[in-house]
Amino acid sequence: MTTIEVNDLYIAYGEKIAVAGISFQADSSEVLTILGPNGAGKTSTVESVEGYRKPSRGIIRVLGLDPYKDLPKLAPSIGVMLQDGGIYPRMTPLQALRLFHGYYRDPLDIDQLIQLVNLQGALRTPYRRLSGGEKQRLSLALAIIGQPEVVFLDEPTAGIDPEGRLAVREVIRNLKSKGVCILMTTHELDEAERLSDRIIILDRGTIVAEGTPEQLMTASRGDSIRFSAPGGLDLSQLELEIGASVAEDRAGEYTISAEATPERIAKLTSYLASKNIAIGDIRAARSSLEDVFFALTGKTMDPETQDKPARERGSRRQR
Amino acid sequence: MKPYLAQAKTEIKLALTQGESLLVTIGIPVIVLVGLSLTKALPLPSTAKSATEFLVPGTMTLAIMATGMVSTSIATGVERSYGVLKRLGTTPLGRPALMAAKITSILVVEVVQLAVLAVIGLLLGWHPVGNWGLFVVSAILATSGFAGIGLLMAGTMKSEVIIGAANGIYLILLFIGGIIMPISSLPGALETFARLLPAAALSESLYHSIGIGGTIPLWAWLNMIIWAVGAPLIAAKSFRWEQ
Repeated sequence: MTTIEVNDLYIAYGEKIAVAGISFQADSSEVLTILGPNGAGKTSTVESVEGYRKPSRGIIRVLGLDPYKDLPKLAPSIGVMLQDGGIYPRMTPLQALRLFHGYYRDPLDIDQLIQLVNLQGALRTPYRRLSGGEKQRLSLALAIIGQPEVVFLDEPTAGIDPEGRLAVREVIRNLKSKGVCILMTTHELDEAERLSDRIIILDRGTIVAEGTPEQLMTASRGDSIRFSAPGGLDLSQLELEIGASVAEDRAGEYTISAEATPERIAKLTSYLASKNIAIGDIRAARSSLEDVFFALTGKTMDPETQDKPARERGSRRQR
Repeated sequence: MKPYLAQAKTEIKLALTQGESLLVTIGIPVIVLVGLSLTKALPLPSTAKSATEFLVPGTMTLAIMATGMVSTSIATGVERSYGVLKRLGTTPLGRPALMAAKITSILVVEVVQLAVLAVIGLLLGWHPVGNWGLFVVSAILATSGFAGIGLLMAGTMKSEVIIGAANGIYLILLFIGGIIMPISSLPGALETFARLLPAAALSESLYHSIGIGGTIPLWAWLNMIIWAVGAPLIAAKSFRWEQ
């Protein structure tokens, strides 16, 4: 049995289609990341798999159960980190941990958990006065306290502090070694690349790419040489000279789609020298997930424009 | 059972440790009871032989209203707007156990409130006359009605609006709920209106069950039963778990 199975998931809010028929699976000991820009449908997807909403169409199974219908049966086996809040503002981390400790049959030891997410210094501070990073770390601890088989992390590193980033990595490593299946969403390409076994790139409710981080990066443009020089160079002559295809991405910015061998760079510079063309900079570039993402969606990942629904941003300001 | 106990313990602790909430649930009822018993600044019903006979049931009504409606609506409204209810949705607690824990917390806080008011009443010379069984039945019916109103507000309004609305209703019912003065001293139309609201029915019932004795009038029973059943039903139907 696959831990998470999603088949032809379709989510519409009235007229607006948030997710248009996607399918994916995730297994135990696997980190599956859903990566996507604003309004791509990431949170809608995860919240459907968590059992918060009934999909308009499609079948979801988590540990063989329908998360929407069988949520009471499924709840003891899953751990959830929501994008925002979820803790009573007057409650301290210690109170919250003790409360959640009481919900589960075989919970983790509270002291060990506090060490793991490094919350020793904030145990008696009311939730509303915690820093953003401390809130995230508490939320992470509460997601794993019940020793779940499946963990959902919705933007676990959004607005997090360096300690939290380390805690997230540590926790994910830990969970994986215990055979836990992790479904995560993120905007952060670095984190996705570092932590995921597989990545799904979601754009406007459809999957535009899927694979391991390595597969995705080789599937795109591979290695390249980038350089800047005056705009409008004669590309065909340059291509002939260096034996690889060249593109002018933006005026004055060029990419050679070939490995950055010393010979090739030497050919490039000698060609430019022979034409007396000034060169701005030159660098060997490995294609990154960022490139893949840009190539697939035509968008950049800007952490400032995260897809928080407006209402959540509103409630954030009240604090 | 374990999740329910953990939740109930936390709910009680939160309810009994919040300053603003304690002011409304215990502070104001005590101040009203002591202040008006000693000063006799407001009219008493003609049937009352002493101020405490009227004011102990009155302030107990205020206390039940404060916990059932004001505290419940504000606390649950905050939980809803902060995503607490949403987060609890995917824990093994579940909604029925959450509701059971809230009811437990309301009843425990009410026992504390009523005990405090009873002790102060006795010190002020109150001699309860009536039927404690009817007192308990009335208190439970009214708690259901007020908690229904509280949850209706919590499940449909924004948390800032709830704070204003709940305290506003508290203040209005303080004046026209038969709490600090009998509703018979209100102008005619307002008196009729007051009889339709949940506070006057409870204060009337408590006045007869632990004040002067006698039978609880039919209108008060009907009023309490209708609110006790209707308000939670409407709340359950309209409650939205996420803001």
